[in-house]
Amino acid sequence: MLFPLYWMLNASLLPSTDLVKSSPTWIPLHGTLQGYRNAFSSQGGHLLVSLGVSAGTVVLVLLIAVPAAYGMAQLRAPGGRSLTFAFLIAQMIPGVVMANSFYTAANTLHLLNSPLALILADSTLCVPFAALILQTAMRQVPAELSEAAVLDGAGRIRTLLSVILPVTRNAVITAGLFSFLFTWADFLFAVTLTTDDDRAPVTVGIYRFIGAHLSDWNSVMATGIIASLPAAVLLVVAQRYVAAGVTSGAVKD
Amino acid sequence: MSTTAARAALRPAGRTDGSPQAGPTGNHRRHRARWAAVAFVVPAWLYVAGFYLYPLAGSIRMGFQNYTVSSFYTGVAPYVGWANYTAVLHDSHFGRTVLNTALFTAGSLVFQFAIGLALAVFFNRRFPLGGPLRSLLLVPWLLPLVVSGTAWRWILDTDSGVLNHVLLQLHLASHPIPWLASTHDSLIAVTLVNIWVGIPFNMVILYGGLQAIPGELYEAAALDGANAWHRFRHITLPLLRPVTAVVLTLGLIYTIKVFDVIMILTQGGPAGSSQTLTTFAYNLSFQQLLFGRGAAVGNLLILVAVVFAAVYLRSTREQRQAGR
Repeated sequence: MLFPLYWMLNASLLPSTDLVKSSPTWIPLHGTLQGYRNAFSSQGGHLLVSLGVSAGTVVLVLLIAVPAAYGMAQLRAPGGRSLTFAFLIAQMIPGVVMANSFYTAANTLHLLNSPLALILADSTLCVPFAALILQTAMRQVPAELSEAAVLDGAGRIRTLLSVILPVTRNAVITAGLFSFLFTWADFLFAVTLTTDDDRAPVTVGIYRFIGAHLSDWNSVMATGIIASLPAAVLLVVAQRYVAAGVTSGAVKD
Repeated sequence: MSTTAARAALRPAGRTDGSPQAGPTGNHRRHRARWAAVAFVVPAWLYVAGFYLYPLAGSIRMGFQNYTVSSFYTGVAPYVGWANYTAVLHDSHFGRTVLNTALFTAGSLVFQFAIGLALAVFFNRRFPLGGPLRSLLLVPWLLPLVVSGTAWRWILDTDSGVLNHVLLQLHLASHPIPWLASTHDSLIAVTLVNIWVGIPFNMVILYGGLQAIPGELYEAAALDGANAWHRFRHITLPLLRPVTAVVLTLGLIYTIKVFDVIMILTQGGPAGSSQTLTTFAYNLSFQQLLFGRGAAVGNLLILVAVVFAAVYLRSTREQRQAGR
């Protein structure tokens, strides 16, 4: 299961000449960091785009999903049930259909190649997921807590910010982290909405890089390792949140 | 926060409604509170309308239009009725594409599930380092597919790929297999990689299901002399049925729209041999710039997804009722 990952790490450290030999080199004893230098110089800009788009998406997703979950779970807003249903169904629309529509919309609005278009498109991968996770968590907060806050004179927004959010911190972190990962890993929207190479996120950067430098596996794999860092960091830092998030209905396409 | 909690605990019991003052004005106030709550969900509804319903409607409309490159400049896209659908259905690649999609999906599901279940059963026994190892196995699922797909592309390389090297060394193959370059092997190769990608998801969900099965059942069965296979066959499988239904339907819904894996490994080729409905729709829209036909294929895909979504929602409802 993990061999492909080892093989990628191994390849990222080997000089390109070792990679095309007829017998594979199993351990990078005579390793080089040249691949990483190439990766940063050619993909550095793409990494920054990905970072910006992912961070922007997390903010947008939480801005929509947190109030919605609060309204559905705690305030029992009218139509909450159908909103949940809408989110469940929304996750099932194939991405290629969305890409088709987003492309024409972005074209009309002159938003092609804009990070904003990517943030908006990528948020559709995360909003249903985040809303459903947050809703489940907020449902478990006892009503007495927010009632007490109201007695203390707090308004609804104040209650949400200083009572509900601290209690449901784990779910908020899970939703945010997964939104970041989904966006970071997105390829379909990235490849359809960015035609200009300089504005492309790292997934498209790698994709076009392979197309142009098929023999330079060492740099390609080094880029792959760098692009995997968010997932690795996430796994180390937030292991327990991840396990919780996955089991409460995480889905990825 | 702790003071709020303490005060909540001290609050006299017996008051059941949420408003501070019950009574004639309480009813009115509750009504108003209910509508004030709407303010919190309005952005989400607007979002659903703007980012799911509108694109969906756009795609359905585009399926009936002759939407091409010039439409982007002129803004004119004449309605053509079912012409896009007939064109797609009569496309010489269509039959092959549907067959590929079915084979890809079925192959992925069967092996993802079987291997995922085997791993879940394996990790269900407690042993040192089981926990960390289990979360390490999640990595393939969390990595960007572009990255793992690229790693696989090199592993599957005909001449310098490690898979062919191992197969040749073990005399399992007599000559290097052109995994990604032959019309015969490309579908097998993309399915193989997609199985690898999906195993962690199956493992995690099935592991959760296994954890919920009470251990006493196994102890009792062991006392009655049931061997490991019998316990698996008569306890694990039946009690895992609801979770199995969810995993398989979710897996199905997500597998029929897989894009990244195929796009990175083969671009659907060579000669359409690994093309599925998803990459077909993408190719029509973004390579041939026939957006109307791309939308038509996309809409067919939605139709399939809706059917399975209905099955999924039914299975979760049954599961929830079973859990009661």
